[in-house]
Amino acid sequence: MAVVDLKDVKKVYPGGVEAVKGVSIAIPDKALCVLVGPSGCGKSTLLRMIAGLETISAGSCAIDGKVVNQIGPTERDIAMVFQNYALYPHMKVYDNMAYGLRNRGTPKDEIDRRVQATAKTLELSHLLERRPRELSGGQRQRVAMGRAIVRNPKVFLFDEPLSNLDAKLRGQMRVEIKKLQRELGVTSVYVTHDQLEAMTLADVLVVMNGGLVEQLGDPLDIYEKPASTFVASFIGAPPMNLLSLTDGALLADGTAITATAPAGAAQLGFRPEDADVAIGAVASVNGISLPAVVEGVEPVGAESFLYCAAGGQKIVVRVSGRSAANPGDALKVVAKPEKLHWFDSSGKRLG
Amino acid sequence: MTPRVVFPNKILPYLLVAPQLAITLVFFYWPASQALYQSMLKEDPFGLKSQFVWFANFAKVLSDPNYLNSIRVTAIFSVSTAAVSMIAALLLAVMADKVVRSRGLYRTLMIWPYAVAPAIAGMLWLFLFNPSIGSLAYLLRQMGIAWDPLLKGDQAMVLVVMAAAWKQISYNFLFFVAGLQAIPKTLIEAAAIDGAREMKRFWTIVFPLLAPTTFFLLVVNTVYAFFDTFGIIHAVTGGGPGKSTETLVYKVYNDGFVNLILGDSAAQSVILMIIVIALTAVQFRYVERKVHYG
Repeated sequence: MAVVDLKDVKKVYPGGVEAVKGVSIAIPDKALCVLVGPSGCGKSTLLRMIAGLETISAGSCAIDGKVVNQIGPTERDIAMVFQNYALYPHMKVYDNMAYGLRNRGTPKDEIDRRVQATAKTLELSHLLERRPRELSGGQRQRVAMGRAIVRNPKVFLFDEPLSNLDAKLRGQMRVEIKKLQRELGVTSVYVTHDQLEAMTLADVLVVMNGGLVEQLGDPLDIYEKPASTFVASFIGAPPMNLLSLTDGALLADGTAITATAPAGAAQLGFRPEDADVAIGAVASVNGISLPAVVEGVEPVGAESFLYCAAGGQKIVVRVSGRSAANPGDALKVVAKPEKLHWFDSSGKRLG
Repeated sequence: MTPRVVFPNKILPYLLVAPQLAITLVFFYWPASQALYQSMLKEDPFGLKSQFVWFANFAKVLSDPNYLNSIRVTAIFSVSTAAVSMIAALLLAVMADKVVRSRGLYRTLMIWPYAVAPAIAGMLWLFLFNPSIGSLAYLLRQMGIAWDPLLKGDQAMVLVVMAAAWKQISYNFLFFVAGLQAIPKTLIEAAAIDGAREMKRFWTIVFPLLAPTTFFLLVVNTVYAFFDTFGIIHAVTGGGPGKSTETLVYKVYNDGFVNLILGDSAAQSVILMIIVIALTAVQFRYVERKVHYG
C-alpha cells in the first residue's frame, strides 16, 4: 500500500564499476512492477537497493512518499522473497513465518492468528511443525511467500523467486503470485530474467540492459512496439526476426524487400507469428515477400516453427498446426506492412 | 536403496584396515591395558618386586584430599579455559567476518599463536606476569593490584587459564570463521528485512547455525584442557603454589614420575580416562541433541 518512486538511482561499486547508471521508475500503488533483463543488467542490484541491502550511490528511493536512502532494511517495512528462499533452517515453518512479527513485538495471539491465516491461504497448515529441509522445493517457495505475506508490509520484493522450480510448478506459482498480489493489493517489485514471467505478471514492465532502462510500460505495448532492437529480441519467444538492411531496401546479399522503408531504416523486424509462408508468386501490398529456404521444422503441437534462411540471414516463422514444409523447400515469407518494425542504425525504433 | 559395493575378496578388506588397527592397538589399547594392570599393582620402595592389590590403589587415591582438590582444580581450569578461549575466539571471528580489506592478512595473524609450542606459550606468559621481572605484572602493581601468582593460588589459576586459553583461541577462531562463512548471506539479509537488528540477528540466526561448530569445539576444548595443557602448567606454575593449579594430568605426572608412586599414578590415569570418556559421552548424548545440523 505504497508508491515506490526511484529517481535517477545509481550504483557505483568501489573500484568504479557502475552497475546501475541512473534509473527512474515510478511504481503506482498496488501495481506489480517487473524488472526484466539479461544477467548483469543491474536489475537485482536495483531491487537490493530498494530493499536497503545495497547502498544507493546517487539519486533517491522513496517508499510511500518517504526517502529511504539512509534507512536500513529493518525500518523500511518491506518483505523480500529470495531466489534460494533463505528460510531459517533451524526454525520450524511456523517460527520462520512468525520471526518477523516477533521482532516487531506483535502480541502472541495476534502472531498466531496471522500465521494460521496465511498458512491457510497458502495451503501450508499441515506443514507448520516441519523444518525447511523436510519440505519440497515448491513447499519451501510457499513458505518464503508466506513469510513475506504474514508481515503485511508496504512493499513486496521478489528476487527471481521461481527460478529454482521445475517448469510446471513455475507456471502454477506464477498464476498464484499474480492472484495473491491482486488480492492483497501490495505494491510489488519482481525481478526475473524470464520474459514469459515478465509478460504475464507485470502491470508495469521495465526492460533493463547495461544498467539502464531500455523501455518501460505496459507489457503488451512493449511487445507491440519495442523501443529498440534489444527489447525486440529480448521480449517474445522465439524472438523477433531482425534483418539488416543496406540502402534501406536491400538485404545484405542484395535481395530486395518489397516494402517501403522509412528514411534511416537500418533494420527490419517482424514477429514470427506475424509472418506467413507462401509458395509461388505472392502479391503483398507494401508488405514483404522474401524468398527463403527452409532449414529446419520444429513441430511443437499446436504450432510449428519454420527456421529459414532469407537473404543470408536466419528467420523464424510460426505457422499454426502442422507444417507441410520440409528442410530444403524454397518458399516465400510474407508479412503485412502494419506488422513490420523499423529500427535505425543505433537500434532505436522508427515511427 | 543404493546397491552396496561388495568386495569379492575375503582377505583384502582386513589387509586394508590392518595398518590403522595396528596403530590403534599398539599406541592406544596396549598402553591403556598396561595402565589398567599397573593401577592394580603396588611396588616396594626399591622397585624390586610388586604386589597385586586389586582396587586398593583406587580406594587410596579417591579418599586422598589432595586428589579431590585436584579434581576441583581441573573442573575450574577446564571450564574457564574452554569458556574463555571459545568466547574470545567467537568474538574475534565475528569481528574478522566484518573486515573487508586485507582480511587474509588479518586472519593469518590471528592463527599464528597456534604454532607456538605449549611450553613456550607458558614461558611467554610467565615472563609477562612474573612478579619480579614481568612487564605486565609491573603495570598491574602500578594500578594497585597486589599481583603475585607465585604466592596466590587464584592468581596463579588466572595466569594458567589465560595462557592455555590464549593458545587455543587461534584454533577456535579458525573453526568459527569457517562456520560463519558457511552461513548463507541471504539468511542474514532475510533476518534484517524481517526486522532483526544486529544483536538479535546474531543470537537468533547466526549463533544457532554455528551450533555444530560450537559443539565440536566444546568437545575438542574440553579434551585440550584436560590433557594438552600439561606443558603450560609445567612451565608456568609447576602445579603450585601449593597445589592450587595441580590438574589431574599434572598430578598423574607428579605422583608417577616425580614421586615414583607408580600404582597411584596409574590408578589416577585410569580414572582420568573414565572421566574423559564419560564427559564426551555426556556431551554427545545431551548437548548434541540441541544441535541442529544444516
